[in-house]
Amino acid sequence: MKLTRLTAVLCASVAMPAMATELEVTHWWTSGGEAAAVAELAKAFDASGDKWVDGAIAGGGGTARPIMISRITGGDPMGATQFNHGQQALELVEAGLMLDLTDVAEANNWKEIVFPPSLLDACTVDGKIYCAPVNIHSPEWLWLSNKVYEDIGIPVPTTWTEFVATADQVRAAGKVPLALGDQPWQSNLAFGALTIGVGGLDLWKKVNIDKDMAVAAGPEMAGVFQAAADARALAVGSNVQDWNQATNLVITDQAAGQIMGDWAQGEFQVAQEVAGTDYTCLPGMGMNEYISTGGDAFYFPKNDDPEIEAAQKRLAAQLVSPEVQVAFNLKKGSLPIRGDVDLAAANDCMKKGLEILAGGNIVPTGDILWSPDTVKQAEDLMVEFWKSDMAPADAQAKWVEILSAN
Amino acid sequence: MASQSRPFRLLHNLNAKIAALPMVLTTMVVFVGGTIWTVFYSFTDSKLLPRERFVGFDQYERLWSNSRWAVSIENLAFYGVMSLVFTVVMGFILAVLMDQKIRYEDTFRTIMLYPFALSFIVTGLVWQWILNPDFGLQGIVRGWGWESFSFDPLHSPETVLYGLLIAGLWQGTGFVMCLMLAGLRGIDEDIWKAARVDGIPTWKTYLVVVVPMMRPVFITTLVIVAAGIIKLYDLVVAMTSGGPGGNASQVPAMYVYDYMFQAQNLGQGFAASTMMLLSVLIVLIPWAYLEFGGKKHG
Repeated sequence: MKLTRLTAVLCASVAMPAMATELEVTHWWTSGGEAAAVAELAKAFDASGDKWVDGAIAGGGGTARPIMISRITGGDPMGATQFNHGQQALELVEAGLMLDLTDVAEANNWKEIVFPPSLLDACTVDGKIYCAPVNIHSPEWLWLSNKVYEDIGIPVPTTWTEFVATADQVRAAGKVPLALGDQPWQSNLAFGALTIGVGGLDLWKKVNIDKDMAVAAGPEMAGVFQAAADARALAVGSNVQDWNQATNLVITDQAAGQIMGDWAQGEFQVAQEVAGTDYTCLPGMGMNEYISTGGDAFYFPKNDDPEIEAAQKRLAAQLVSPEVQVAFNLKKGSLPIRGDVDLAAANDCMKKGLEILAGGNIVPTGDILWSPDTVKQAEDLMVEFWKSDMAPADAQAKWVEILSAN
Repeated sequence: MASQSRPFRLLHNLNAKIAALPMVLTTMVVFVGGTIWTVFYSFTDSKLLPRERFVGFDQYERLWSNSRWAVSIENLAFYGVMSLVFTVVMGFILAVLMDQKIRYEDTFRTIMLYPFALSFIVTGLVWQWILNPDFGLQGIVRGWGWESFSFDPLHSPETVLYGLLIAGLWQGTGFVMCLMLAGLRGIDEDIWKAARVDGIPTWKTYLVVVVPMMRPVFITTLVIVAAGIIKLYDLVVAMTSGGPGGNASQVPAMYVYDYMFQAQNLGQGFAASTMMLLSVLIVLIPWAYLEFGGKKHG
């Protein structure tokens, strides 16, 4: 896949006339499905006469963001860069390092078309818009390998509770019930998904939106921590690092399931698996059909060159356009940021997501609600909790401490 | 008189002083200046960008109540002691063996020193593959028919530091050996002859006569190895990323990086790096005092 992208860039650099404005775009989309999706963005931008210079940074957001930020603060800004919606780039915006896109947004009527509107709110600082949202991602999904269950001879679980109940049979068949990579954010994601799935939406909202620390320390949350402690026993034996390696355990039927965001979809697609027959997806862990909507957005660092600025605005407008939205999101497995596009080609899992989205069963993600500092501390705690035998009560006490310090 | 001789002394050997000026300036601005800047901002609540809003020792309190930081310090202490002892002892023994006027000494020395030419990232990746249970050593031995053979240090929190140590020693011992060999070659032949005349056994000559004479070499080695240990980062990133179990092989430098950039909390990262500096100073100051303070009188 890397090769394809490289070739695409090479071809583009040969074919493009010299007058096109080059924009270097940095992002951390490097897994197979992600690279296929980003190639769609590049194709569209190149076709419109400019030139997309791909600046993929491998290793995930945690590795990529420091590089992006130090380039922007160090006076070597790229043309455009990916961040997650929310507080990750907030200080860069406040420091005046990002291009104001309000005129592009008004010209293209973003306020009307971006759905849910919370996505655009996450791009807005002091009434001005600073980023172009490109997709919606929701982390609360349970991915299951149908074959593992067929081999055992039991039906594929439809809820997290069933999944836990059948875990012993999976283990007895020599498979790992739950695949979980070692990266800290994966543990945090799994915990967040369990909060919505097991604890329910009210609990999630009270803790994450109202920031009610009494609830966070209360018995309902204790139940979630207990559920996570049970789940970590299921993950014993999955010695992988990256999320897509964990997804690969499910694809190759070595593990029964994985809690992962809908971006896992892209990996199944690249492996040519079919939703419903080869694998099953359960949004909201099959318990509460809610998804939280964060996602990716592109920010455009300020630049002295007016030509580059014009190209930045052209790219911003294009990213939100219906054609690009459809092409990109079909490959990425994510949901489009506008409700008015036709995703007839979407597969089962994406359709489930679209329905939930249309039904309005959505909440904002942690990236929007909490500062990167808090998120990082929670990740550190969660990976320790998931990978050791820390008592649920201890973990909860530390967790409340981290959240209240925010 | 004194005021007359002063400008003269300042101008003395002017060329050398002018030549040294850029380095002196670099040291002052980059090292000393950077250090002061870091310590200064560690008392603020700087997030992504530095800002002057002072919070006293809050960052340090948070740092020392953080379990990940505590684990990092423990890990580093363990790795540091083990690595220091083993590199110095093994390096010295190898140097002694090398000093026995053996054939093809140059070849052996080159082989031993080669790992040092590799960066820690490359060393880490190579050893990650060698220690990987499926493709590495364990897989090969099992392939030979010894099915129950088990050697998988990197995937267990109890043994992961030994895994790091293997790679660290492989990389660093050759270099220490070369330093030691240079030291051994600096020992006068006459001393050996005198020891032989007195009938002192070779091993005893090494231990009682040669090692004390090599004190400056040992000190150089200790400082170089210790500095390398404190800033240990890339080897861990390449081999384990701090795992398994989330933080079984975390080290302070990783904490600094993660909090400065991933958590966008410069204040916390600066506080942690100030603590790293402090730990270096705690080791260096008593040593420098003993080493240089004592010499004036002696």
